[in-house]
Amino acid sequence: MQKIIQDIESRYSVSEKEIRRNNLCFLTIPKNQAISLVTYLRDYQGYSAFTLLTAVDWIEEGHFQLTYLLNNPTNYTEIGVRTMIERDHATMESAHHLWESMQTYQRELKEMFGIDFPGSPRVDEDFILEGWTDIPPYRRDFDTKKYAEETYFPRPGRETNDPAEYMKSKLFPND
Amino acid sequence: MEKENKNIPLVKTKTFINPENEKRSVTAPDGSIIEIDPIKDYFCQDRPEEYKVRSGAVEKFLNWARAESLWVLGFGTGCGSIEIPPLVTPRFDMYRYGVQMRPTPRQSNVFIISGYLSVKTLKRAIRSYEQMPSPKYIIALGSCTINGGMYWDSYNTINRLDHYMPVDVYIAGCMPRPEALLAGFAKLKELIKAGKAEKANEYVRNLDWYKANQKKIIKDWNMPDYNW
Amino acid sequence: MDYSITKFLWTLLGLFIVLNWGMLMSSTMRRIGARVSGRFGIPWYQPWIDLTKLYSLKSQVSHGAMFFLGPVFRLMGGVGIFLFLPIIYGSDHWSNYSFSGDLILILYFQFFGMLGMALGAGEGGHPHSAIGISRGLSQFTTIEVPMTLAVISLAIQYQTLSISDIVAAQQGGFTTWTLWTNPLATAAGMLSLLGAFGHSPFNLVKAPNEIPIGPPTEYHGVFLGVLRTNGAILHVAEAALFMNLFFGGATNWVELIVKTFLIYFWSVFVGTVFPRFRIEQSVRWFLKVPTIIGIIAIIIFL
Repeated sequence: MQKIIQDIESRYSVSEKEIRRNNLCFLTIPKNQAISLVTYLRDYQGYSAFTLLTAVDWIEEGHFQLTYLLNNPTNYTEIGVRTMIERDHATMESAHHLWESMQTYQRELKEMFGIDFPGSPRVDEDFILEGWTDIPPYRRDFDTKKYAEETYFPRPGRETNDPAEYMKSKLFPND
Repeated sequence: MEKENKNIPLVKTKTFINPENEKRSVTAPDGSIIEIDPIKDYFCQDRPEEYKVRSGAVEKFLNWARAESLWVLGFGTGCGSIEIPPLVTPRFDMYRYGVQMRPTPRQSNVFIISGYLSVKTLKRAIRSYEQMPSPKYIIALGSCTINGGMYWDSYNTINRLDHYMPVDVYIAGCMPRPEALLAGFAKLKELIKAGKAEKANEYVRNLDWYKANQKKIIKDWNMPDYNW
Repeated sequence: MDYSITKFLWTLLGLFIVLNWGMLMSSTMRRIGARVSGRFGIPWYQPWIDLTKLYSLKSQVSHGAMFFLGPVFRLMGGVGIFLFLPIIYGSDHWSNYSFSGDLILILYFQFFGMLGMALGAGEGGHPHSAIGISRGLSQFTTIEVPMTLAVISLAIQYQTLSISDIVAAQQGGFTTWTLWTNPLATAAGMLSLLGAFGHSPFNLVKAPNEIPIGPPTEYHGVFLGVLRTNGAILHVAEAALFMNLFFGGATNWVELIVKTFLIYFWSVFVGTVFPRFRIEQSVRWFLKVPTIIGIIAIIIFL
């Protein structure tokens, strides 16, 4: 593992690295080098199995953090390649030429976060939400509770309890 | 219709009818240009009618026959549909109560809405429900149909089923066990034999209110107003 | 009263008895199948309740005149088979309208019902109905091949085309049945009976989880009630036909009930053991073994 990380550090500019276990580590790469690193890992280092592509919304810092998880099926190690993209008009290079299943992940990110992947086949089509007109729902500035209360008719008389407080009052009522 | 916000990109701009169902002008094979409107041309545009509720000995006998032979549509809408296969196994045999599963809405009487309904599934469920011939009943399974259940604050699932489709019997639980399902069927049979399971008529009476609720959340409505 | 009116009324009574016996037989078979899998099964009176419910539906959707006529043709096929079949040998009341050429006419009525259904179901406009019809017709055409060969072999053997004469030639004890005098034709006929009854392994067309039930997809309410009524009559009529041709006919109602039950049981028995064939597999199978048996059966008697 250490050898591969040193090899990557000599070729690309790694701004952060997090080694979790001896077979899992996450590297943060600038946006314009991410896809070339992913290609390098797939073609030269044997990380040929693509696990997933997700995004995290860091609204306080104003960027999305994309993670590409790649797996090496011969020695069972995983490397996660992380990049940061800006929140306004988010776009990223498409990687559908490397793995076919990347199209679906990119389609989901376009619908749920609004991150565009120009060139990916069928990226504009509806994935799960049909006829959605609001902002992309996985963004942190979308208030899903408020949306649900306004659009769908909540039944009055529903009580919601905080689980910790409720269990405390049940198990230790005298405190 | 779309909400514009300067910093956030629009998700998509699209019309909410499929291109093949839009009103447009096409060139006929003989060269003339004609206007077509597929949704009006190919689908029946009549409103449904209420059927008269009769009473008397003959109707009681027919209600008894309807209650003893309930055919369920085999459409598992949510996660509650995993409680239906156990009913066919030898332990909770539902065939001895006359309940059978049928694959097409034209031949079924009961629609079991099992669990949450996302907006996508609601459109298909409405389409199937309206194709069923009267008299028809709906059993709502699980707490998601009552008040939203554990998906009460989701942006994609409905909270109260009876604002979109008329419900005869609710079965509470998350998930209800097969015994609870059998108890629900027994209650439905009681209602049918007493002549009180007429929610399908109520649906037709308040059709405009139901349709307004449905159209508020189903935005790409590329089907006719009532699917016969 | 006039002779023709009494004969008509006796025929109607026979039809009524056959209809009820058919429904009771189907529910009994389902109960037997359910007991084999450890369940209790439907109550024995369930087919009657199903028919009552179907006939009392409050709203129906029709797709035009041909859609309405499809089940009517199918019912005519079933009733037609019954009308020209002498059910009880030796009794003038119960040998319905049989005449000296009725064997060929009955073969015609078998296919007529299926064709009428195909026309009606195609009018329904459902794409699944169309697929179901093409499958059903192609399967049924190949089922008719060994059956026709067996019938021709019988006609050559007994030198007659009248069912009453064939039954008369089999009277006089156990050993004069066609089963023993012409076993090859019996084998070809019983193998094609498996296909005609539509149980496993040839139930691809009617099984509920195969392209939701094929031809009857759009049928509901009264239409489906007529189709099911026809199903009840057709099973008993076909079994009675085979009983007359191969197993010595019946001289009273008890013998009829027992023999038709056992003939229907043969197809259910095979059905519980074997899985389903695809249509091309069943077509290929029917054109191999039963056809060869039928051809040999004809050659022997030439």
